[in-house]
Amino acid sequence: MEDLEHILAQHPFFAGFSAQHSRLVAGCARNHRYDADEYLFREGEPANEFFLLRHGQVALEILPPGRRPMVFATLGMGEIVGASWLVPPYRWMFDARAMSLTRAIGIDAACLREKCEADHHLGYEMMKRFLPILVQRLHATRLQILDVYAKH
Amino acid sequence: MPSIETGPVAQRGSMVPALYRVAGTRRELADTATLELVPLAGARPEFAPGQFNMLYAFGVGEIAVSISGAAGEESFLHTVRDVGAVSGALARIEAGATLGLRGPFGTGWPIAAARGADVLFVAGGLGLAPLRGAIQQVLAERDRYGRIVILFGSRNPKDMLYRRELAQWRRRLDVAIEVTVDHADRDWHGNVGVVPALIRRVPFDAHDAFAFVCGPEVMMRFTVNALREAAVPSERIYLSMERNMKCAVGWCGHCQFGPAFICKDGPVMRFDRIAELLAVREI
Amino acid sequence: MQISPADQASRLITCEGLQALLDELLERGYRVLGPTLRDGAIVYDRIARIADLPAGWTDQQDAGRYRLARRGDQALFGFAVGPQSWKQYLRPPVETLWTMRLGEDGPTISSDALESPKMAFLGVRACEIHAMRIQDRVLREGPHADAAYAMRRQDAFVIAVNCAQAGGTCFCVSMRTGPKATSDFDLALTELIDGHAHRFLVEIGSEAGAEIMLRVPHGPATDEHCAAAAAVIERTASQMGRSLETDGIKELLQGNPDHPRWNDVAQRCLTCGNCTLVCPTCFCTTVEDHSDLLGASAERVRKWDSCFTMDFSYLHGGGVRSSARSRYRQWMTHKLASWFDQFGTSGCVGCGRCITWCPVGIDITQEAAAIRATPDAGKEERHGGS
Repeated sequence: MEDLEHILAQHPFFAGFSAQHSRLVAGCARNHRYDADEYLFREGEPANEFFLLRHGQVALEILPPGRRPMVFATLGMGEIVGASWLVPPYRWMFDARAMSLTRAIGIDAACLREKCEADHHLGYEMMKRFLPILVQRLHATRLQILDVYAKH
Repeated sequence: MPSIETGPVAQRGSMVPALYRVAGTRRELADTATLELVPLAGARPEFAPGQFNMLYAFGVGEIAVSISGAAGEESFLHTVRDVGAVSGALARIEAGATLGLRGPFGTGWPIAAARGADVLFVAGGLGLAPLRGAIQQVLAERDRYGRIVILFGSRNPKDMLYRRELAQWRRRLDVAIEVTVDHADRDWHGNVGVVPALIRRVPFDAHDAFAFVCGPEVMMRFTVNALREAAVPSERIYLSMERNMKCAVGWCGHCQFGPAFICKDGPVMRFDRIAELLAVREI
Repeated sequence: MQISPADQASRLITCEGLQALLDELLERGYRVLGPTLRDGAIVYDRIARIADLPAGWTDQQDAGRYRLARRGDQALFGFAVGPQSWKQYLRPPVETLWTMRLGEDGPTISSDALESPKMAFLGVRACEIHAMRIQDRVLREGPHADAAYAMRRQDAFVIAVNCAQAGGTCFCVSMRTGPKATSDFDLALTELIDGHAHRFLVEIGSEAGAEIMLRVPHGPATDEHCAAAAAVIERTASQMGRSLETDGIKELLQGNPDHPRWNDVAQRCLTCGNCTLVCPTCFCTTVEDHSDLLGASAERVRKWDSCFTMDFSYLHGGGVRSSARSRYRQWMTHKLASWFDQFGTSGCVGCGRCITWCPVGIDITQEAAAIRATPDAGKEERHGGS
């Protein structure tokens, strides 16, 4: 537990987190290791965890019927994977595949949601960190949709 | 012997093309080719990376194409994508053919001003072509610069320009290079996502860095946002702007972007000078 | 071009003297161009006799309106400006730049010798002189000067006429471009009609002008003649049909790209481009490349163009300014504001042609005044968003 707390504190997402809050979150955390081409999660599965990547690279994919999987984003060291755990129905909307050996800390979603309900300060600190990431991803996704490099 | 008469033709000055031979062509992508052009008479004029020439396809027309470098002192390199009648004719031209060339025109990348600082080259799609000459020039005098970072985004791995050069640059130990695509399938083991997202991933000293950005205008606007978020000063960010051109010498009026003539005041323009213009619809 | 003190004194000539001046120019091989009556308007054309001039005619101009009317006298220059300007001669609407031929030895490029019949312009107004100087800055200066334009310009003999009557859409006083011609002419005439006495005060503006006057019968101009001429010009200055407040206009227009007035004018503007055709300073051109059916020869032709055309500004498969709003804004902002950044002066000389010849009567002075009245109207409309 102490080890995890230490590791969490190092992660950029938790910069400025109070010691008390760090401990609360660490209580929901566990280590993961994925080999190349292993899945962190699959579309439709319950979104039980979100991940902080410590090492490696993860591809977010969708498999359209009759076609090969399409990768629409890759995330790497220091980045967060997963937002669907935040909102009902708490189900993953896509696949997440490790592209190479990947180490991540998984934070149990139900556990964390419960703790945030109990301690709204913790909840607010989590939201403050999550929202900028989501907004950045939204902007990036919009740029991707525009398909700016295509011939018009 | 091919010739240009002097006298009346000379009086037409900058509107008369010089004749160039296509010394070689290289197919880059399905719709894009790089042409090596050598003058039929006289020396190839000096140029600064970032400038452009007007390339004339006999009987078809003329378009502005950035100079993407040189093969030695004798030639111009131009990478052309087939998006219309003239560019199509140029992209399909064969080695040995003759075409017309006027130039070079416009402003180049401020490579000398960036000495001593970190330099970020941020390219999207075909935008790597106008930057290629600048990258080569900076790498040729590597010790005069700080960190060199090359960020490049394409639509997908199949449409990635200059793969050979990219690999060469990557093999150097003193250049940071990150490449991304908008989407890919499993065969691509690199980044998927937009170029601005790469800026956060590479270390550089924002307070002592220059950024040279080239790509579709939307991509450049998003990139500038990310650079500004990373605290790169506005007066050290340079964009390569584009508009259609008929004369390239400031008479025809077509390339105006607000008060600026892209043929004379650009194409390379300092961001702080055009920031307000970029925000105006249909300017 | 120093004029001797003796030459600086004004002269007086009669209509016969004016004819003698024309004869002298024609004999020296000049193509003389001046105002004539045709198609219900006063248009520039070749002239040889003063009878070719629209004696006794005047024009009535207003927004979207131009009519000719008879005068009570036989004044030769008793009108303002018509739909054309001298740019049609200095920079013709269509010009072949060069021809390329594919021969056995490869391609060759050739060009016609630059046309050089010298031209004499009779009846150039002060605003038109300013317009020519403005076009000089665009076309004659810098590393890529238009040699053909420069040659025609240099060889042109300019006989200015000081306006005795302001047009209904004139505002040269606001733009400080008239009504008096103060420089850049060879000769300047002020028409003086007093009962049956019909004479012209002649000011000499160059050595060439002084030299040609030696061959034209003339008398000295008295102080009364000079005072009469000054009075004519003063009266004209007081009759301006329009006015334009020029203080801070560059910042006003460049700072208001989102002013609601642009939407307003867009409802009316047809983007027909008349304004750009009649404007004496508009210089935009396009280039067309033609080849013959066999592909053995090709030519490049330059033609007048207008920023009101749909694809004037073009990128990535589409026009950048597809709305009428953006194209009108471009034209007016360029003319009154951006021109300062580009060439150091306003692009407008207050001749009023764009107002007269706009089919729907859009008035540039009115549009500017409307924006000036609410200078911050466009700036509140900034919304946040993600």
